[in-house]
Amino acid sequence: MRPILLSGHERALTQVKYNKDGDIIFSVSKDHVVGAWFSYNGERLGTYHGHQGALWTVDVDPTTTFLATGGADNTMRLWNVQTGKLLKTWEFGSSIKRVEFSSDGSKLLGVTEKRTGHLSTIVVYDIVQDVDAEQTDEQSLRIVCDESKATVAGFSYGAKWIIAGHEDGSVSQYDVKGGELLDNVMVHEPDMPITDMQWAPDRTYFITASKDKTAKLISTKDLNVMKSYNTDTPLNSAAITPVKDYIILGGGQAAMDVTTTNARQGKFEARFYHKIFEEEIGRVRGHFGPLNYVAVHPLGTGYCSGGEDGYVRVHHFDKPYFDFMYEVEREQARM
Amino acid sequence: MAPSFDNLPVDDVDDEEIDFSDLREQFEVRLEEGLDTFVVIDGLPEVPEESQQKLVKFLLRKLKSVGKPREDNVFMPLGDDGKTQGFCFVEFATVEQAAAACKALNGTPLDKKHTIAVNKLSDIERYGREGRIDEEYQPPQIDEFQEKEHLREWLGDIEARDQFVMYRGDTVGVFWNEKEAPPEPAVDRPHWTDAFVQWSPLGTYLASVHGQGVQLWGGKSWNRQRRFAHPGVNLLDFSPNENYIITWSHRPIQVDENHPVLTLEEDGKNYVVWDIGTGKPLRSFVTLDLPGPSMDEHGNPIKKKIQWPAFKWSADDKYVARMTQGQSISVYELPKMNLLDKTSVKIEGVMDFDWAPATPKRDGVRDYEQLFCYWTPELGSNPAKVGLMSIPSKQVVRTRNLFNVSDAKLHWQSQAAYVCVKVDRHSKSKKSLATNLEIFRVQEKGVPVEVVDSIKDTVINFAWEPKGDRFVLITAGEVPANAAVPPKTAVSFFCPEKTKGSAVGNFRHIRTIDRKNSNAIYWSPKGRFVVVATVHSQQSFELDFWDLDFEGEKEEKDKDLTANLQLMSTAEHYGVTDVEWDPTGRYVATCASAFRHQMENGYHIYDFKGNLLREEHIDRFKQFLWRPRPPTMLSKEEQKKIRKNLREYSKMFDEQDLIKKNSANRAVVEHRRRLLEEWLAWRASVEEELKAEGIVDALEAMNVGKGDDFKDGEEVIEEIIEEIVEETEEIVA
Repeated sequence: MRPILLSGHERALTQVKYNKDGDIIFSVSKDHVVGAWFSYNGERLGTYHGHQGALWTVDVDPTTTFLATGGADNTMRLWNVQTGKLLKTWEFGSSIKRVEFSSDGSKLLGVTEKRTGHLSTIVVYDIVQDVDAEQTDEQSLRIVCDESKATVAGFSYGAKWIIAGHEDGSVSQYDVKGGELLDNVMVHEPDMPITDMQWAPDRTYFITASKDKTAKLISTKDLNVMKSYNTDTPLNSAAITPVKDYIILGGGQAAMDVTTTNARQGKFEARFYHKIFEEEIGRVRGHFGPLNYVAVHPLGTGYCSGGEDGYVRVHHFDKPYFDFMYEVEREQARM
Repeated sequence: MAPSFDNLPVDDVDDEEIDFSDLREQFEVRLEEGLDTFVVIDGLPEVPEESQQKLVKFLLRKLKSVGKPREDNVFMPLGDDGKTQGFCFVEFATVEQAAAACKALNGTPLDKKHTIAVNKLSDIERYGREGRIDEEYQPPQIDEFQEKEHLREWLGDIEARDQFVMYRGDTVGVFWNEKEAPPEPAVDRPHWTDAFVQWSPLGTYLASVHGQGVQLWGGKSWNRQRRFAHPGVNLLDFSPNENYIITWSHRPIQVDENHPVLTLEEDGKNYVVWDIGTGKPLRSFVTLDLPGPSMDEHGNPIKKKIQWPAFKWSADDKYVARMTQGQSISVYELPKMNLLDKTSVKIEGVMDFDWAPATPKRDGVRDYEQLFCYWTPELGSNPAKVGLMSIPSKQVVRTRNLFNVSDAKLHWQSQAAYVCVKVDRHSKSKKSLATNLEIFRVQEKGVPVEVVDSIKDTVINFAWEPKGDRFVLITAGEVPANAAVPPKTAVSFFCPEKTKGSAVGNFRHIRTIDRKNSNAIYWSPKGRFVVVATVHSQQSFELDFWDLDFEGEKEEKDKDLTANLQLMSTAEHYGVTDVEWDPTGRYVATCASAFRHQMENGYHIYDFKGNLLREEHIDRFKQFLWRPRPPTMLSKEEQKKIRKNLREYSKMFDEQDLIKKNSANRAVVEHRRRLLEEWLAWRASVEEELKAEGIVDALEAMNVGKGDDFKDGEEVIEEIIEEIVEETEEIVA
């Protein structure tokens, strides 16, 4: 199917997310606006206004009731998805780089940027499951990352741990109750920041993308690097597809270098790799700037990517995508 | 009171008592300047006192060549028997003269019995002082013979694979080329070279270039074979048979006294000719500047292009020659590197010359000879000339006069059967240019010349088929002044006509392909196939693979020609800078080198038909060079026999390929199967664990896509389409 081009943002996209049903896509951009779109036809459902700076991150809870956003205006905000009403604003000393709900929607975490006078932190709030209720200002947990700042973080399955990726190329496992650091493993090249971390559907493993041009598949429980995917360009994002055993990687040369080189060299393609065999299967062209984020439909029927070029491209997978199988997979399927 | 200058306690210290000896030793200045003008001449005849005058006069005559010492500068002491003692001291006016005397006259024979030794007095002091020389003879240490690795070991590869070297980033690696699998590394070393790498012409050595000089590597374990200490070396060139190497640096060499290899002889020189066998320098030269103004109109020095190679080798390593533009060609004989017949060949106005790339076989000439071709422009009323000179006789064996010549290029065919002189001619008004090809048939009686003058435009590139008699050329139209895009080019193919006998017919035009951007021609080393490419261009990067002996049907109009031209395929390699055939003519490698640009550096490998076999992008990829092969050792008959039985061989090779492919495939499949099994096992264990811990949400998520809800795909999608039915504008007061 032809990709759908969502051209509602005026500046670079920073994150795009599907809701759990996969019918709505939420997008945030440096133009201060949050967008909501129907994934099926790309029609715009609405926008959420209020942020005073570039937006870095967005997440939606499993029931598509609450929407969390964070940005460069040093605030993390909670919205009513349906009405667009701003429910809560949490203020911080530095910008919010990442927000994420736990898999049951009861907790929300935010990652704050490191700045002079402010260490990078991971904060957790308990969310009251009522759109009319007053949300708490009290952090249920606060983890300070003094070794190397956290760039991404999320809740594991059953909200047992918080997993964070750091600027120095390592991932950490924290206990969700006390916030103790349980494990820290250097998975990428030292001092190559981890740019993205996305979960497998059951959150028992996840994938990290890094500027060192590789993506790694890591088990949640013991932070064991199970697979490694090597590319020829710095990566900004990596996603795991349900249904088929693929992963999607997005990246491209650094945004600041784009104007000095031609698009040919930019490597602005979404790359598909086989999750288990670590082999590249295909590429999807289209963006004319680096891909800042790729998100997969929760049912595995499509994906969308947000680019530095200001567009969201929504793709639906065709039949050959589902039919493609390696010989050994086919053998397995027959058994 | 603190001590100051006025009240220093002068009398307290007695100078005499301080022991300065250690300091004196440390800072002693060697006052030898006075003695440096003295030389000692040894080995003179011993003559009675009355003949001493005569001997001194005789000696002074000898010394005249370097300086003019007078009679009273010579001191020849007498012994107890009243005779001179066979040596004397001579004082020169300057140190330079004394040094020159040592250099020029040491070892000069006076007569049959006497040979003089001339040395600096200071040197005698330095080396000859008592205790410096051991009284007893010590035989020099000779290292035990150690067997070296076979330098052509790579030719013994069972599958006859070829090797290539890749220089990417800071790493240099030599690899075996595989048909389908990735190249197999033979050796890979970081920081192996500082500037670039280069193979020797027969592939025996790999040269690496460093600030201190050039190193040659080879053998199975890639040990260092030779070192040529030429500080600041920029370029190097091997002789065709790998006996010698020339190194060049743009900065003149500065030799300090203790340099292990170079002597004062090399001081101030740019070129050094080395013997690869011994690793010793043979002779050194300075760079000759091209004639022309050295300053531009603003008084800034013009950066001149250097000619490279300036020294050109004859095909058999016997001679090396250099041209002094406009004047002469100096031919040196190897291995002594002396000027042939002690004089350069004067050729007034000479612009360029080139040796025959193979030892020529001229009709009716039995003596040994090497040929070179040269050309001179119009000088006054004399026409421009192209000449062929035979060496060592220095006879001009053929000349041809040409008119209205603005430039000429010399192109030898690889077996020295032809030399094509590409002559750019201007019209009388000097407004338009056209190109003539003057083809000398070197192997035919009297060296006849054939002229191809049907070409309208200027020829920008020309190439002979190796070991063949066909050629390809590229012409470009007029370039409009200040045009941003290069003009379109046309590619033309030529071949000889069919004749009855064994003679080669006249050259005929086969076909011209118009409106191309091509600018480079790469023939297969075995002939027949040719790649016409567009290199160093941002806009176009095509590679056309042509076959000149296509085995299909031949067009009627081509039936008299010894070629059947067919375009096999066209490939593209963005940013291609270099194209190289492997030495067997089976593969073509193209590379986008970081030496030229930073875009999509890497390489492609094609087969001779133009099918892409491999492509790899590597950051900071710089060089891709196939390892050359020495010529085959098989006789003509043996080669013919193999060609005849090719079918049987190819059957055998196909079988081998199939086995290899199958086993490789099987290995890949096995590997995948293992990976899949491992993965499924891991998933099963995780599922188990989650069940045990009772984490429901994760288990639910696991079933996404597994259930029927996805397969049925029943989904209600409500779409609201708004349409404007009517639009009215009202002005509100």
